[in-house]
Amino acid sequence: MPAGTLYRGREGMWSWVAHRVTGVLIFFFLFVHVLDTALVRVSPEAYDEVVATYKTPIVALLEYGLVAAILFHALNGLRVIAVDFWSKGPRYQKQMLWTVVGIWVVLMAGSLYPVLGHAARELFGS
Amino acid sequence: MSADTTSAIGPVEGASFDVDNPAPYIEAPRKRTGRTPRATRGNFEMAAWLFMRLSGVVLVVLVLGHLLIQLFLDGGVSKIGFAFVAGRWASPFWQVWDLLMLWLAMLHGCNGLRTVINDYAERANTRLWLKGLLYTATVFTILLGTLVIFTFDPNIR
Ligand code: HEM
Repeated sequence: MPAGTLYRGREGMWSWVAHRVTGVLIFFFLFVHVLDTALVRVSPEAYDEVVATYKTPIVALLEYGLVAAILFHALNGLRVIAVDFWSKGPRYQKQMLWTVVGIWVVLMAGSLYPVLGHAARELFGS
Repeated sequence: MSADTTSAIGPVEGASFDVDNPAPYIEAPRKRTGRTPRATRGNFEMAAWLFMRLSGVVLVVLVLGHLLIQLFLDGGVSKIGFAFVAGRWASPFWQVWDLLMLWLAMLHGCNGLRTVINDYAERANTRLWLKGLLYTATVFTILLGTLVIFTFDPNIR
């Protein structure tokens, strides 16, 4: 690759990459999630059986990842909207990104116990 | 052509133009003529852009509320089961909530993926097939989810 021609953006580009990756991941999850919920039309047992897999420690970790993806996409989505519609949005896009990241870190720390607590109890005993 | 010419225009391929012999008229490139369709393009992309932002704002409430109820409150994921679903869908409020969330999230995600496909799939045929798959999956998921919400039966067994 010729030196110096690869575009490496800064916060703006990386937040766009993260927004795109999280958006695609959420879409694929949603597809599967509608399918598993549709089992309520098959039988209560069929539904409860798949939901049981959602309660295992490994899937709990995936749920934590899903919360992480959705929270970032939602918060950064609001930032994108602010950049587009607020007259000072473009000037403060960087500050807004670090605000998004800050809120995200706080919410992710707060989600640790509610989302992963049951898995920790199962793994390490209560 | 001699140096004492009065025209500011230089020689053009052997032809020389003056008041009595004017250069042919060239039409402005984007001028509308009788043959131009009334609208040369629609506003679809702008509507899609706007929809991403409007649906995004609504989805913040619907999706984060959904996560809070399903994964955080009352024991988190542990409480979820057929009985819990039956309890929530007994109320038209949560039926409408879930229906709106399903439609908006699927259409928002579908349009988002359309953008991604347009960005990365370089061959026209690849784009066609990927978008065909995307639209099929989207229509299927929206119809299935809608059907499940409207036909849910708590006494199914
Ligand atoms: C929770 C609230 C949400 C907000 C505030 C939000 C906001 C946005 C915004 C503003 C865009 C446009 C970005 C741009 O034009 O540059 C976008 C793109 C996108 N969103 Fe969302 N969204 C939300 C939820 C979702 C959900 C639930 C899904 C999946 C079903 C999703 C999937 C996508 C995808 C795939 C893109 C395209 C990304 C790209 O083109 O790079 N979003 N979102």
